[in-house]
Amino acid sequence: MRFLFKTDYEDDIRLFPHSGYFVSYGILFALLLTAPYVLSSYLMSQLVFVCIYATVGVALLILTGFTGQASLGHAAFLAIGAYTAAYLQQFDVPFPVYFLAAGLLTGVVGALVGFPALRLQGIYLVIATISFAFIVEEILARWESVTHGNEGMRVKTLYLFGTAVSRDSPAFYFLCLAVLVLTIVGALNLLRSPTGRAFVAIRDSETAARSMGINVSLYKVKSFAISAAITGLAGCLFAHKLSFISPEMFTLQLSIEFIIVILIGGTFSLHGAVLGAIFIVMIDPFLTYLKDDMPGLIAGMAATMGAGSERAAHIQDSVAAFASLNGLKGAIYGIIIVLFVLFEPLGLYGRWLKIKLYFQLFPLYKRATFKRQKIYVKSERNR
Amino acid sequence: MSYFRAENLALHFGGLKAVDAVSFAVEKGEILSIIGPNGAGKSSIFNLISRIYSPTSGKIFFEDQDITEQPPYAIARLGIARTFQNIELFENATVLSNLLVGRHRHSTTQLWQELLFLPSVRANEKAHRRRVEQVIEFLDLEPYRDKLISGLPYGVRKVIELARALSSEPKLILLDEPSSGLNVEETDDMSFWIRDMRTELGITVLMVEHDMSLVNRVSDRVIALNSGRVLAMGPPAEVQQHPDVVAAYLGA
Ligand SMILES: Nc1ncnc2c1ncn2[C@@H]1O[C@H](COP(=O)(O)OP(=O)(O)O)[C@@H](O)[C@H]1O
Ligand SMILES: [Mg+2]
Repeated sequence: MRFLFKTDYEDDIRLFPHSGYFVSYGILFALLLTAPYVLSSYLMSQLVFVCIYATVGVALLILTGFTGQASLGHAAFLAIGAYTAAYLQQFDVPFPVYFLAAGLLTGVVGALVGFPALRLQGIYLVIATISFAFIVEEILARWESVTHGNEGMRVKTLYLFGTAVSRDSPAFYFLCLAVLVLTIVGALNLLRSPTGRAFVAIRDSETAARSMGINVSLYKVKSFAISAAITGLAGCLFAHKLSFISPEMFTLQLSIEFIIVILIGGTFSLHGAVLGAIFIVMIDPFLTYLKDDMPGLIAGMAATMGAGSERAAHIQDSVAAFASLNGLKGAIYGIIIVLFVLFEPLGLYGRWLKIKLYFQLFPLYKRATFKRQKIYVKSERNR
Repeated sequence: MSYFRAENLALHFGGLKAVDAVSFAVEKGEILSIIGPNGAGKSSIFNLISRIYSPTSGKIFFEDQDITEQPPYAIARLGIARTFQNIELFENATVLSNLLVGRHRHSTTQLWQELLFLPSVRANEKAHRRRVEQVIEFLDLEPYRDKLISGLPYGVRKVIELARALSSEPKLILLDEPSSGLNVEETDDMSFWIRDMRTELGITVLMVEHDMSLVNRVSDRVIALNSGRVLAMGPPAEVQQHPDVVAAYLGA
């Protein structure tokens, strides 16, 4: 067990509470820096997507996890960032300018979405953000003079300080990684400042937040704006990575994937957003593997366990049929959401914390440690 | 002019007159208690002051300023803090961050400074922390600093809510049934804290309370309320003897 003796208020403000963090994050950082020289180009590509998804995950976490405002419209914010970048690029605007413009414009749109959302809660807010996303999708498809409609837009190679940065190069990966790290540091800074605490206060009790002097409407709009702005920045990188964008890339499915990122990772933790991003990006190669290798593997196993060759072939066929079912991905997403909401509401990161605590406290761990107590009933009336 | 004044306050829910033409004043440095049976409209008066509800009619003044039309967050910024009858804490946050939210009305940093956590933000955070630590010491909350609210027992939550209100360094504090759900010992502590709040911190106290012995121990004056109307107002002993008050409590 480790005991932390705090001797200064600084101890609670620090980003790394004790030296152990330096070691583990140091190792992680070293691994991330050497990745381009070790991993295959396919895995590198996936890693870039992990960075981009995790950035959006952190953005969504600020809005949903910390401020308690649900959104199924983040694909639209991503689209606005991507299209802003692609549009400005046509006029030879340098990367730093259109990158920041993507963030700024998306942030402004986010604030505009935040205003009508002030009066909405829970499921109504979800519906409102979905409608917003549909409107954006529709505009992207129809406003052909700017977006080229359903034909989509090419995104030219990124130029930074006069050198080309190809979307498959290590430099592009480092850029995405840097954006992710800066986003996480920014989010952590926010969380240890008055604004972050105001967000959390609004999530847990708007009434109490108001009575402590928090302008709830203002901070909700701020949260929408910050979340959208970060997503816009990620959108710019997303556009470069894909090198071609069209409206059907930014559908409801993508918004749902972002929700899964924070749901699986754990709605309260930044670590969780990264874990969730890894999960969602790696599920595609996993499904491909399922499609290609699983039928043979299972049939082989059946054969060794004594099934006849005819029977093994039959098993192979049915597994293959199952693995290539349409909508399998959607079904898996659905099952994952339900299972996590029911059994692991704190997400993968919550599970990790429990395991860690188990070993720290061994053999004293109690199963009830993480159970939430409901000692009294909150009533809406007699506040 | 009084420090705090409610003039002809009324709050109607459809036909129900939860608060009906209530007028009273609180002097600076006073401890004033509101008593009355359940449903008398005591909490409703607090909700009107902190603007969770808007009054049907009437006016509220604080430090000679009409605050009837102020939004709820502005009320807190003027220095009026409150606790809730059923406790409204930030459940999934630590005790420390709950108390730091109490400091919100004193925060001056801008969003961009916070994103970068500039030295000015750091200095502010430390200053807030210092004030919060004073409150923690005042209310003996040292063992709970880093605990999540969701795992704490009722009695402790009650004190934490008081601590959050005190962290905002209020001029006037509204306590809604501070002793409900507390045992005898905890109620004793509470009565000392309420008196110290006035003498040591110079805070004016307006409280709703059912426990008559607590009311008698700490209050300078008492207002008895029934069905949204004031029955009697004055020193604790006098109000409790008042025939209308006795009748109201006996359910006549
Ligand atoms: N939001 C509301 N809607 C309808 N009736 C309410 C509401 N809030 C309070 N009331 C009614 O107003 C009356 C006074 O309530 P309250 O002020 O909570 O009483 P108490 O003196 O017990 O604190 C009660 O009859 C209660 O039912
Ligand atoms: Mg009440």
